Amino acid sequence: MEENTKNNVAQPVIDSKIPEGPIAEKWTNYKAHQKLVNPANKRRLDIIVVGTGLAGASAAATLGEMGFKVLNFCIQDSPRRAHSIAAQGGINAAKNYQNDGDSVYRLFYDTVKGGDYRAREANVYRLAEVSNNIIDQCVAQGVPFAREYGGLLANRSFGGAQVSRTFYAKGQTGQQLLLGAYSSLNRQIKMGNVKSFNRYEMHDVVIIDGRARGIIAKNLVTGKLERFAAHAVVIATGGYGNTYFLSTNAMACNVSAAMACYRKGAYFANPAYVQIHPTCIPRHGDKQSKLTLMSESLRNDGRIWVPKNIEDAKRLQAGQIKGSDIPEEERDYYLERRYPAFGNLVPRDVASRAAKERCDKGYGVNNTGQAVFLDFSEAINRLGIDVVRQRYGNLFDMYEEITDVNPGELANTINGVNYYNPMMIYPAIHYTMGGIWVDYELQTSIKGLFAIGECNFSDHGANRLGASALMQGLADGYFVLPYTIQNYLSDQITVPRFSTDLPEFEEAEERVQANLDHLMNIKGARSVDSIHKELGNIMWDYVGMARTKQSLETALEKIKALREEFETNLFVPGTQEGMNIELDKAFRLRDFITMGELIAYDALNRQESCGGHFREEHQTEEGEAKRDDENYFYVSCWKYNDDDTKAPSLIKEPLHYEAIKVQTRNYKN
Amino acid sequence: METNINVKLKIWRQANPQAKGEFVTYELHDIPTDTSFLETLDILNEQLIEQGEEPVAFDHDCREGICGMCSLYINGHPHGPATGATTCQLYMRRFHDGETITVEPWRSAAFPVIKDLMVNRNAFDQIQQAGGYVSFNTGGAQDANAIPISKVDADEAMDSATCIGCGACVAACKNGSAMLFVSAKVSQFALLPQGKAEAKRRVKAMLSKMDELGFGNCTNTGACAAECPKNIKLSNIARLNREFICAKCAD
Repeated sequence: MEENTKNNVAQPVIDSKIPEGPIAEKWTNYKAHQKLVNPANKRRLDIIVVGTGLAGASAAATLGEMGFKVLNFCIQDSPRRAHSIAAQGGINAAKNYQNDGDSVYRLFYDTVKGGDYRAREANVYRLAEVSNNIIDQCVAQGVPFAREYGGLLANRSFGGAQVSRTFYAKGQTGQQLLLGAYSSLNRQIKMGNVKSFNRYEMHDVVIIDGRARGIIAKNLVTGKLERFAAHAVVIATGGYGNTYFLSTNAMACNVSAAMACYRKGAYFANPAYVQIHPTCIPRHGDKQSKLTLMSESLRNDGRIWVPKNIEDAKRLQAGQIKGSDIPEEERDYYLERRYPAFGNLVPRDVASRAAKERCDKGYGVNNTGQAVFLDFSEAINRLGIDVVRQRYGNLFDMYEEITDVNPGELANTINGVNYYNPMMIYPAIHYTMGGIWVDYELQTSIKGLFAIGECNFSDHGANRLGASALMQGLADGYFVLPYTIQNYLSDQITVPRFSTDLPEFEEAEERVQANLDHLMNIKGARSVDSIHKELGNIMWDYVGMARTKQSLETALEKIKALREEFETNLFVPGTQEGMNIELDKAFRLRDFITMGELIAYDALNRQESCGGHFREEHQTEEGEAKRDDENYFYVSCWKYNDDDTKAPSLIKEPLHYEAIKVQTRNYKN
Repeated sequence: METNINVKLKIWRQANPQAKGEFVTYELHDIPTDTSFLETLDILNEQLIEQGEEPVAFDHDCREGICGMCSLYINGHPHGPATGATTCQLYMRRFHDGETITVEPWRSAAFPVIKDLMVNRNAFDQIQQAGGYVSFNTGGAQDANAIPISKVDADEAMDSATCIGCGACVAACKNGSAMLFVSAKVSQFALLPQGKAEAKRRVKAMLSKMDELGFGNCTNTGACAAECPKNIKLSNIARLNREFICAKCAD
């Protein structure tokens, strides 16, 4: 670490290209003065978009509509499968349709505050500014948002906000928004502006004369590596939550595209900011492959509690009583108790830590002691089961299918009060705020290489608010990148299309091939999953919800040893001919290991607690996160140093706040 | 409460699209009943890898019933014995100790096998590309509340739009028809004012693409809706037929 600090002197100054002017005018000013590409020239420019989630699909569709030639890559069998589809709760926008005091400024403010004052102010303001266009866009696409009887759009509340600004489509908002973007993408595929490559995975980015000019991708069905050239490359490949093995991410979610960019010199920003979602179904057994999220929207009506008495908790853990056996007065609604102003709707990082605090003290409610209750009794008694089921029916069904418990079922009546089966929930890795560093134009530190959606770091600071991921993905793809990329491409109009026979392509493919050969030839004894599980345990135990200097140093040592194990004792069955799922997983695991180290390095460096990054050494007497704005008011940008086994170097992008006064987050009053 | 069971998995293995496939039976011991069916396949695959064999290829991704990637014909039912749930939402408590569970890929001419249990569903994308969208460019939309839409219509459109494109309807249909899939998208747009402008063009284009790709016709058997993991209603097909007849009459 010390070495990194010393290195800072000679390191490059980060230019985030924030436009001039007051915060509310920056984006308008940018658009008014940026360079554009005329329609005839757009046809001559190719853009590669890797990923088909909300950010990737919306960007590919919009760039196609504008007349660019787009090559769009998807790891699944169809763009419609991207993991954005699993987002349940909703999407934020500053429409103020509810007349409850919302505005662009308030959405901006809530997002910056929710991110614990570690986001870049100008980016967040722009996000809030375009949020309303997103809702208009999606309604025009035929996205069936929930409506009131009057025919207008309905809203609900999410954590970290005191207004109702979340638009939703049942508990399947991500699905509907993704299918909307997918439909626009399909239109462009039909029109020939977008060429779609399904079951392809990016393995490397090709740099020519300092600019991103193409990718090496593997056809996952034939097993062959293929080369693709373009004038610009856009990465929209999501987050790195699966570094922890168990997360709410889909099985194919991986960090390899981002790591390829990182190894080619793109900075990786704020990797320590990992979001742990408070309402997931608790772990069971060691055979589990992933964790299932229960939407944050449940916290609108669900109340989170553990028993007041430790004896009750012990009996719950031993399976002697059930949650519904404990009457109202014996329940500790700890979020309502600690945070009266926001109650059950505190931001995710706060809710997760509070759950951990109770469970660490012995109040956990299942056999592992690692669960709390999410209870709908009060809501059902107030609204009736029909109304509650209308709001959360599909989530109740999902919970029942997994756990065999129906949260809408009357379980007990004590002193005339009806108690329904509560859900059991526990925090789990869900989203990553960190990502590839980008400037205001969403361009990485490599020219011509852009990163959008979850895979960049830009908008959420140290913690993301609920219903803001969908907003950011679509903002980047529909309304930001299609503008900013033109500022880059405007001076590329005379550059002819590239041949993929150039030595840079040759070299990149050879390196990827050598890496795959190596993975096949280790011929050790361990499966990919067994090593990945081990990595996940290290990450969760030492780089999880609460971190210390010691735990992080332990993690770095353990990951180092694990890398050695991976490089010498991995076993990949089969051949490189045709589909080889284990080889694909091995390729991804190598990058998860490097990513895990990067998270630990960043967490070790950041000696403060903020948002999703909690250092136990830095907390208030009440156990709240304690920031250190004097020393850590910056974005950590990590630069790769030639080899995965070498420590990366830290470069700092100082944060400058003009519109918002930086203060301690307060959700109590 | 959790118990452990032993099961036999009789699985279709096929090395590649050209190869001749066969059923292979594998024994699994001590599977906790709160393990999901796909986690059971993971356990099997770990066993196979330990023995130096190639794991069983199957499609899966989100593992929470929404991406539509998982498929599998389990004991003669698409997505297995549970109703209103995908394969990834199926738990081993649905099976009994000692049971032999037969696992096959989707069987449809339009969904050729890629490997083992994995099939190519690209035909579904092609149908959507033929017309499953509203034609307008980003940025051209009016205010979202400019056109009120009745809650009843919006909710019904949402029910249709819930389709996850997994292909269970095609696999369940004796004719290999994709009518439920096509009708879900056509219905969503038919119920919303945004979809009206090009409704006629859409329904004709999507149906003609469906025919072209080798899907069968609908004989109103209803297996598709009975097996649909998202409970897409058969009445969508009635609406599709009405939309199609209206479009043809206007020709």
